[in-house]
Amino acid sequence: MMAQAFAERLRAALPAVALAPRTEPGLMPAMVIAVAADDWAALGSAAHGLGARWSACWIDPEPDHWRAWVLYEQGGAYVLAQTALDPRAPRLPSLTPVFAAADRPERAIRDLLGVAFDGHPDARRWLRHQAWSAEVHPLQPGQPLAGTPPARTPADVGYAFRKIAGDAVHEVAVGPIHAGTIEPGHFRFATVGEQALTLETRLGYAHRGVEKLAVGRDAAGLLRLAARVAGDSTVAHAWAACMAMERAAGCAVPPRALALRGLLAERERVANHLGDVGAIAGDVGFSFAQMQFGALRERWQRRSAALFGHRLLMDTLCAGGVRTDLDLEGTQALLQDHARLRAELAPLTAILLDHPSLEDRLVGAGALSAADARALGCLGYLGRASGLAFDLRRDAPYPPYDRLPVRVPLYDSGDVAARMRVRLDEIGVALELMDALLAALPPGPVSTHWEAPPAGARGLGLVEGWRGETLAFVRFGADGRVARYAPRDPSVFAWPALESMLPGNIIPDFPVCNKSVNGAYAGCDL
Amino acid sequence: MLRILHRVITTGTLTEPLDASASLESLGIEVRRTLGARFAGSFAIRHVDAGSCNGCELEIHALGNPYHDLERFGIRFVASPRHADALLVTGVVSRHMQEALLRAHAAMAKPGLVIAAGACACDGGEFGTSYASCGAVDSVLPVDVRIPGCPPTPVVLLRGLLAALGREAGLTRPG
Repeated sequence: MMAQAFAERLRAALPAVALAPRTEPGLMPAMVIAVAADDWAALGSAAHGLGARWSACWIDPEPDHWRAWVLYEQGGAYVLAQTALDPRAPRLPSLTPVFAAADRPERAIRDLLGVAFDGHPDARRWLRHQAWSAEVHPLQPGQPLAGTPPARTPADVGYAFRKIAGDAVHEVAVGPIHAGTIEPGHFRFATVGEQALTLETRLGYAHRGVEKLAVGRDAAGLLRLAARVAGDSTVAHAWAACMAMERAAGCAVPPRALALRGLLAERERVANHLGDVGAIAGDVGFSFAQMQFGALRERWQRRSAALFGHRLLMDTLCAGGVRTDLDLEGTQALLQDHARLRAELAPLTAILLDHPSLEDRLVGAGALSAADARALGCLGYLGRASGLAFDLRRDAPYPPYDRLPVRVPLYDSGDVAARMRVRLDEIGVALELMDALLAALPPGPVSTHWEAPPAGARGLGLVEGWRGETLAFVRFGADGRVARYAPRDPSVFAWPALESMLPGNIIPDFPVCNKSVNGAYAGCDL
Repeated sequence: MLRILHRVITTGTLTEPLDASASLESLGIEVRRTLGARFAGSFAIRHVDAGSCNGCELEIHALGNPYHDLERFGIRFVASPRHADALLVTGVVSRHMQEALLRAHAAMAKPGLVIAAGACACDGGEFGTSYASCGAVDSVLPVDVRIPGCPPTPVVLLRGLLAALGREAGLTRPG
């Protein structure tokens, strides 16, 4: 087992620390390692030394004591480290000095739960603006959902953005309301002339209290929420939450349901890539492609509505399966759609890849080096355009991908052009996968009876959403109610990557750089 | 270039008649008349995501695709609230967006409409009111028109926008 080998290497790297890797059914495929809080940073350094990726960190305020979890991944093998925290004074060594990816997630935990991260290089708040004070940590179990907000929450004007000194340096502040139909967030550029020296993002504007709202919900209620963590990744987050709950409960999902979940996830991938390829072209004024891809996306969404009941595929999953079956007629319609989309994409792709004015804007713009992408833990198309090939469907396959060959497109220039090519290639891969799923759709039911597990049961869900590895952790309390839901969207790693790639680009190229990355705001703000 | 022209010609016109229902067609005609008479043929919308999951935004984007082509009705999205006849608000109003939304509204020329689009904006949806969320838009701003749905489909959005225009036709515009 790969995870066991990874855990053994960690043990070998830390001879002085007593690591006892074990498995827990709900947390498979990860191996679980319990360490003392004092060894938290040493374990992080050992993982870093082995080339592992920091995937996620969350705190679970269990009734007796709090537990911190951190997930490491290396070559498709997962190790989940945990340590106990004192709820009266929770503190933990920061992993940010070792893994840059941990920076904002740790600050978010500090804001919401009051955990002090010793050695964190950035004392600024992240998800907290002005709706609650520094002494209040709304996700702590004792805090009421309603909180005690002011009648009118003031603008968050006191945030100390990094200052770039110099006579010619000019600051440009953008947001939280942007010029187009876009999610809210603030961008602070330091520029000289048109050229950006730095970009700093400030999110948290779409903080809706997702994790707090999850507490006390039943499985169906949690899934409604998970489906709305990020509206463009509704299948990914719902699937991750389902997987976490089903593993916690030892629920065996029927093969047909798993195949249909795969189909839904690939449909979500195709829809988003179609929209984004068009929008990338639109952001540099190539409205021909924007209209063409907009039309392809519209037809795709209409088929989703006709066969699965929702244009964005919201609420199509349920604990134990999926909510809609696919009949023979629907299968045929999808196969025809796939053939038609392939035929339509071929000439459009040829145009996109051989259009001088497009090339002029996209090639070299927003280049993210492989080293930066790795250091920041980039996932999905963002990583694949910068030479990082990780794909859960291939490297840690879960059903139905365990019986399908998954091609992973890989480029190394890391620029907007590469990210667009990865997306075009991924549409092709998704079409192959969907054809294969439809050709061998297992017979049988599309869901099984869901029975919530006893209090204390916990599970981990990991799926390859269209943006990359999407995570959910769920622990159940009494009466089948959720006691803890911790989702992690891959966009958490996209925003620092956008900041990293922007210096040297001109401000007018920011929109296309941003669109090519397309980090979710809501998915990060929760 | 020839490839592009070939593609454009073979694609043809995808834009659809709005809806089969006669009431919507007649409302559309009425709206065109209203727009022509009162808004110089153009109605400007400033969209504000006040705490949405991004589902509503995707469907608002779809209003601009060739199938729906919102601009044929003279309705367009603008970057500044100062240019807007209506504020189209999606999402619950997160507490962190409350002030920004109020300022955007204050920046609009009056009278201006406030349209709440989507379940969250209409009644709080899945998120409701909490330490993080003010809830529905009408807890922060007076709302003129509500467009339900999670998210509302482009056709439902269109119908709601047309209803908003019909409502505006009843208002007295100074000057």
